[in-house]
Amino acid sequence: MDYQALAAFAQQGGTVYFFLLFCAVIVYACWPRNKAKFDDAARIPFRED
Amino acid sequence: MSLEEGGYAIFLGLLAFACLFIAGKAYDQALAFHAVIGAIMAGAGVYLIVKTYLDNGGATAPEEINGKPNYNFGPVKFATIAAMFWGIAGFLIGVIIASQLAYPALNFDLPWTTFGRLRPLHTSAVIFAFGGNVLLASSFYIVQRTCRARMPGRITPWFVVLGYNAFIVIAGTGYLLGVTQGKEYAEPEWYADLWLTIVWVVYLLAFLATIWKRKEPHIYVANWFFLAFIVTIAMLHLVNNATVPVSVFGVKSYIVWSGVQDAMVQWWYGHNAVGFFLTAGFLAIMYYFVPKKAERPVYSYRLSIVHFWALIFLYIWAGPHHLHYTALPEWASTLGMTFSIMLWMPSWGGMINGLMTLSGAWDKLRTDPVLRMMVVSVAFYGMSTFEGPLMSVKAVNSLSHYTDWTIGHVHSGALGWVAYISFGAIYCLVPWLWNRKNLYSLKLVDWHFWVSTIGIVLYISAMWVAGIMQGLMWRAYTELGFLEYSFIETVEAMHPYYLIRALGGVLFLLGALVMAYNLYMTIRYGEAEEPAGGVALAPAE
Repeated sequence: MDYQALAAFAQQGGTVYFFLLFCAVIVYACWPRNKAKFDDAARIPFRED
Repeated sequence: MSLEEGGYAIFLGLLAFACLFIAGKAYDQALAFHAVIGAIMAGAGVYLIVKTYLDNGGATAPEEINGKPNYNFGPVKFATIAAMFWGIAGFLIGVIIASQLAYPALNFDLPWTTFGRLRPLHTSAVIFAFGGNVLLASSFYIVQRTCRARMPGRITPWFVVLGYNAFIVIAGTGYLLGVTQGKEYAEPEWYADLWLTIVWVVYLLAFLATIWKRKEPHIYVANWFFLAFIVTIAMLHLVNNATVPVSVFGVKSYIVWSGVQDAMVQWWYGHNAVGFFLTAGFLAIMYYFVPKKAERPVYSYRLSIVHFWALIFLYIWAGPHHLHYTALPEWASTLGMTFSIMLWMPSWGGMINGLMTLSGAWDKLRTDPVLRMMVVSVAFYGMSTFEGPLMSVKAVNSLSHYTDWTIGHVHSGALGWVAYISFGAIYCLVPWLWNRKNLYSLKLVDWHFWVSTIGIVLYISAMWVAGIMQGLMWRAYTELGFLEYSFIETVEAMHPYYLIRALGGVLFLLGALVMAYNLYMTIRYGEAEEPAGGVALAPAE
């Protein structure tokens, strides 16, 4: 594999990979069933005071 | 003696001998001086390990007391005080070099006090010494509290905090002696870099091991930001300091990267030092201390997750905007600009998340000057992260680059955002760590807030005016196509703004001195907090 092919693969593949990963993060953050867990996590600093 | 204590004692003992050997063979005085300091500090480390072992008879601190985690706050206290000390030193040097720019004779014609040596001393003192100790203190505090677990190890947390400050001493004295790699924000030479690498890896392991021990199933968002900060700084540090020393007996080294690649690596490092040291780490502070002080959870935990990942994905690409119109390829320049513009989204997402945490508690701003300081810091964060992408646009950059506009931008972020959120965190931490009911005087916090806010406003507005004027003068042509102004004319034109800037710096320093007095009085004479869980006085029935 020459430099051009490797660079194209790394650049385009990387862009798609990071984009999909970020989409997965948004889905995870907005998933309705996770809401209770996140509301609970937001209260962590106030435990044991 | 445990494996940990013995291991550190042997390592530091060998290091002390290695330093002595290098000191004897060194062919430049600066390295001999640093090797002697290194030998003394490593020897002191061995002494302290052995002494505490003998004093305690090998007993280890309990994990829990009365069912509550027995947090290890000693290193946190040390880093808090160190942050205040280095902060004042760094602000003072800033005032000195600001005055030197207005009156160059103030360098006294001595090599050690020239602008070129004091300037990295100022930047490293405020970023790495002040900011770094704030991050050490707050990360060790927050990770223990939000994991409800004691940091593992007896020596390890101290090794990180003391080792880091040893690095600061080596780096800072090196600048004064003229030891530098000449890379902005990465000036320390190879031996200081190696030492920092060791300390940083131990820091990462100590942080991870605390998370590993956690009693709380979820890892709070602040710890995610701290982890990103620690991991990314390790990566940046290794790549940008890939140097080969000329000899182990001399200070000089050469970087393996060459030409424009070296420039790109440097600004990939430089911009992500801003993104991960001065942003991710201090956002972690925001996500813990603003909710704590406002007494309500963060506005949206979901937004904090999206904020985190968006920031991580985008920041790492923004570096090329420091190299517009250079030998850097056009596409790389455009890439850096594009990602900088996209950074508006996570930056403002984070700012909104911080500010909206106060919804329903805005009245606290009237009564709580510490919270006010943190809220203003988040507002400054929003302002300087709006300005930064704007300046990364090539057309704007052609006016702003190499002018004092950049200095103004950096200081609105550094003084307004980083220093204010740090002051807020320290004002919170000191009463909590030393078991005081409250700060010695909230009135003095008020004074600190207003004096330094006026200082910041003077500083940044003077630099905006000076910078834009400077940029416009540089590009002004006469009818015949000659440059209208000589360089020295632009320097003369900036003199009054340099005076205003120095005055702004003096006010900021004064504020920090008021703070240091307030903290001293809190620790020394503050009213002790009732021990939590103690026997409360029950009314007679």
